[in-house]
Amino acid sequence: MSVLDSKTPKGPIKDQWTNHKNHINVVNPANKRSIDVIVVGTGLAGGAAAASLAEMGYKVKAFCFQDSPRRAHSIAAQGGINAAKNYQNDGDSTYRLFYDTVKGGDYRSRESNVYRLAEVSANIIDQCVAQGVPFAREYGGLLDNRSFGGVLVSRTFYAKGQTGQQLLLGAYSAMNRQIGKGKIEMFNRHEMLDVVVVDGKARGIIARDLVTGKLERHGAHAVVVATGGYGNVFFLSTNAMGSNATAAWKIHKKGAYFANPCYTQIHPTCIPRSGDYQSKLTLMSESLRNDGRIWVPKNIADVEAIRAGKKSPTELSEDERDYYLERRYPAFGNLVPRDVASRAAKERCDAGYGVNKTGEAVYLDFKSAIERYGKEAATVHGEKNASHERIIELGAAVIKSKYGNLFQMYEKIVDQNPYKTPMMIYPAVHYTMGGIWVDYNLMTTIPGCYAAGEANFSDHGANRLGASALMQGLADGYFVLPYTMGDYLADEIRTGPIATDSKEFDEAEKNVSGTIERLMNIKGTKSVDHFHKELGKVMWNNVGMARNAKGLEEAQEQIRKIREEFWKDVRIPGDMNELNTELEKAIRVADFLELGELFAKDALHRNESCGGHFREESVEVGGEQSGEAKRDDENFKYVAAWEWTGDPKTSVLHKEELEFNDIELKQRSYK
Amino acid sequence: MSELGMNLTLKIWRQKDAKAKGKMETYKVTEISEHMSFLEMLDVLNEQLINTGQEPVAFDHDCREGICGMCSLYINGEAHGPDRGVTTCQLHMRMFYNNDTIYIEPFRAKAFPVVKDLIVDRSSFDRIQHAGGFISVNTSGNTQDANSLPIPKLDADKAFDAATCIGCGACVATCKNASAMLYVSAKVSQFALLPQGKIEAKDRVLNMVEQMDKEGFGNCTNTGACEVECPKGISLENIARMNSEYLKASLVREK
Amino acid sequence: MALSGFFLLLFLLQHFVINFSSVISVEGFNKVSHFMGTNPIIQYGIQPILLIGVLFHLGMGIYLDVANRKARNVKYAMNKPGENSSWWSRNMIITGITIMLFLGLHFYDFWFPEINTKFILGDMSGLNGHGEFRYWEELHHKFVDPIRVGIYCLSFVFLALHLLHGFQSAFQSVGFNHTRYTPVIKKLGNIYAICIPLGFIFIAVYHYVSQ
Repeated sequence: MSVLDSKTPKGPIKDQWTNHKNHINVVNPANKRSIDVIVVGTGLAGGAAAASLAEMGYKVKAFCFQDSPRRAHSIAAQGGINAAKNYQNDGDSTYRLFYDTVKGGDYRSRESNVYRLAEVSANIIDQCVAQGVPFAREYGGLLDNRSFGGVLVSRTFYAKGQTGQQLLLGAYSAMNRQIGKGKIEMFNRHEMLDVVVVDGKARGIIARDLVTGKLERHGAHAVVVATGGYGNVFFLSTNAMGSNATAAWKIHKKGAYFANPCYTQIHPTCIPRSGDYQSKLTLMSESLRNDGRIWVPKNIADVEAIRAGKKSPTELSEDERDYYLERRYPAFGNLVPRDVASRAAKERCDAGYGVNKTGEAVYLDFKSAIERYGKEAATVHGEKNASHERIIELGAAVIKSKYGNLFQMYEKIVDQNPYKTPMMIYPAVHYTMGGIWVDYNLMTTIPGCYAAGEANFSDHGANRLGASALMQGLADGYFVLPYTMGDYLADEIRTGPIATDSKEFDEAEKNVSGTIERLMNIKGTKSVDHFHKELGKVMWNNVGMARNAKGLEEAQEQIRKIREEFWKDVRIPGDMNELNTELEKAIRVADFLELGELFAKDALHRNESCGGHFREESVEVGGEQSGEAKRDDENFKYVAAWEWTGDPKTSVLHKEELEFNDIELKQRSYK
Repeated sequence: MSELGMNLTLKIWRQKDAKAKGKMETYKVTEISEHMSFLEMLDVLNEQLINTGQEPVAFDHDCREGICGMCSLYINGEAHGPDRGVTTCQLHMRMFYNNDTIYIEPFRAKAFPVVKDLIVDRSSFDRIQHAGGFISVNTSGNTQDANSLPIPKLDADKAFDAATCIGCGACVATCKNASAMLYVSAKVSQFALLPQGKIEAKDRVLNMVEQMDKEGFGNCTNTGACEVECPKGISLENIARMNSEYLKASLVREK
Repeated sequence: MALSGFFLLLFLLQHFVINFSSVISVEGFNKVSHFMGTNPIIQYGIQPILLIGVLFHLGMGIYLDVANRKARNVKYAMNKPGENSSWWSRNMIITGITIMLFLGLHFYDFWFPEINTKFILGDMSGLNGHGEFRYWEELHHKFVDPIRVGIYCLSFVFLALHLLHGFQSAFQSVGFNHTRYTPVIKKLGNIYAICIPLGFIFIAVYHYVSQ
């Protein structure tokens, strides 16, 4: 039997969570006051967890590396949050959301966790509305929904293109209430650099005060890591500049297994890169695919003319355009899941049809939508013989009301008017489904150490559906951890305060300061960014949207080389005992350089295509699905959880076999 | 502009730490593409400084897509620079010309002390939120159904508009009085417009304003500069709403 | 500030109306002046409130300005406030103090002599040596000196600048901002801020040229 115990409750899936809550241990209110919990990360998962735990009575210490919890990168999520409310009466249900999520994840997630996620999703919306989150509403005053890729119902709640911001500010306000009461002690501009394990249990962390550079010890009865994903291992991604894997990687090195690192979501609708100086990529919400049609020219001559600036895309007639998603996937069209849309874009660009100078861009065109909405609006206004110009004007106004902020954002970056000329988009790294392995209680393989939100691996399998990340972060933080942690903490009521002068704390702090001194003393010749960019190139070229054995082997080799070079030649100016942004980056990149190798190793071992992980060796041959990704359920229907042994090369694989009792495994077909 | 891009002179505030005395330093950067964002231009400068053994310029930034509110900077005499409706990370170099001299300073206010170079401490903003920027509901799986409380679309939309504040502090940096009224009023307004928020509206506005005054922000004299420079276009209407909420709350407050 | 401002706006309007009557009718002006100068409610009731209002507005304005300056202890090396706000909205303290200085002159010209005549010398008749009302004549006589007329006119320009911001700002400060009405208030404010001082300038110039 595997060493991994998912602790999935027994019984029918629809009763598991309720039964589990009914039978787990609970800490009485008086005892909660003497229990400390550390929450690292203040995004949706961390912020919601910190607030909820403090409300319950635990003493919470929360940490974030930004200057305020409100900056966490959850804030950048645009499109929306899913919830099985069935407000639109289109047949949505907990089961359907569960089914869509498992299917969308290409059958690589744990059924029980996903079902629970779907089950609590409705509570999230109630909770957020009670907090004052201003979701979009209809004229009758009730909540509005939109539809998102990969599903057939409208279950996405949204606040224009700023849903993540509004939800995060909701969690932040809940935190503020507890900070004001003294129930949460907030540590801004602090970075967790190690977890301290005493007698096999997580007992605290070592954090660096980023302003003074001082290392601090913080003891607690449990540690929650909710520090987001590791997409920045690619250097260029839609993640924030500071998003990093360090906290997650540190707990991994102390005994928490890292699951499915190769599952990365490449989001299809991002603004293409414009030059080598590019520092990050900007996402355009997937909701745009509701109204935008994706195409490239049919003829290579047109592609060349467009690239040379001799032709404008608006000059191409309908027959000269290849709406390749509509052509390949008539059932879902432009609304296929993200991984499918991204690969299709790559396929066209690799075939030479990319429409910008770098050859890495496709069009997202709103012309049809503008005309359609314009005609509708003209009818509503009673303008029966509206001119074409008038229709375009009315239609543009509708589009503006729906996506105005996104269009403005695009125009500011690209300097082109997307109402007049189609947007250019290209896939970019966006989300990492992989992460720290957790059981049903969200506990890692270190007792007392939990992982939540994007930092864990649990709910999205090999591909995440749009508007599900916000749902998972808040579910973990508001509705899962506050219950499941009690089960563990009930045994801690007699422990008393955690002393931070133990030899384990001494040792952990010494290790951290040793690493920092080592980095500072390299005094090499190249900047941290130099190495990060090198790593990013290898990751994108060999471990990106399409992967093969040869490339993955090479990648591991190359990443090792970059890592060795980094530890010999990185230059970090300044001092360690002060605010030092280069040192902060160096610590994070050092971890990415290890994680990247494990990532490639995991991708190599998983010789199947599933979700965001596409192996060129594993595709359907012949038939209607020819060329599509081919999953191998016989050999790979498991979670790959890696145990750290001192070097990514020797990391040990543990498998958690996935059981599907409530869903039949099928090939995902969006045809 | 040549194919190679722009050559620029940068005058940047350098200050080692909170206690040190800072000063403006001059730097040159070359071959800056017009498609770069302003922060990417600073990345180029920093790479150049690191490669010549100097300390890079410290500045706050994170999401680089205009939503986290972490980036700041007073560029050529304006918060977030000369463009409108953008944060510094969304400001593009096409707003500048070859051979320009660009002044880059931290946001200045007594309540925003400089931490290092261009980084300032905006924790005063957080403390104002701790004083009342919330609705007192606990996390619960038993909250009433979200649709049991219809909210007029106009109110919901206005609450949303106020709630889009990113807490960057441009309003304070711009205001001649370093007043935080736009920031505080955005939160007060958001909740005052929603039925959920009305229950605690009086305490909220009184407590938040009291904390704002304690932090050392200046008073509002309605110049309207904040609204112009706000990257999210938060309206002055919110300040008026807060003023009226505050007046009402002050008049009926008990004790 | 806003409340005293509203009060001063009303006062200014009535002051203007009465003064303007001096251009239209000597007799009318004398009558109203005598009423205003001798009515006990106005003299003992409203006049002190007005004085307090003016002093409060001035004192508070200076106090707030000092406090507001302290809120930014390090100034910008490069600042372009003109990009986002009007000069007059930012410099109420300058226009305000200028107006106060002018008030000094104005008091010296009219108010002190008036108080002296009525309350120190005890002459409440409002008549001159010839047994006629003295108000119009005294007023008219003050505008002989072109320098004084110049100072008056310049002060009214500052008054206009002060009002351009003050009028609509007062509404905003008491919490009145409405998508429909605020634009109207702003327009009304601009009309008030330009017409009233312009009217005062007209009165001053009229008396100067009609000497």
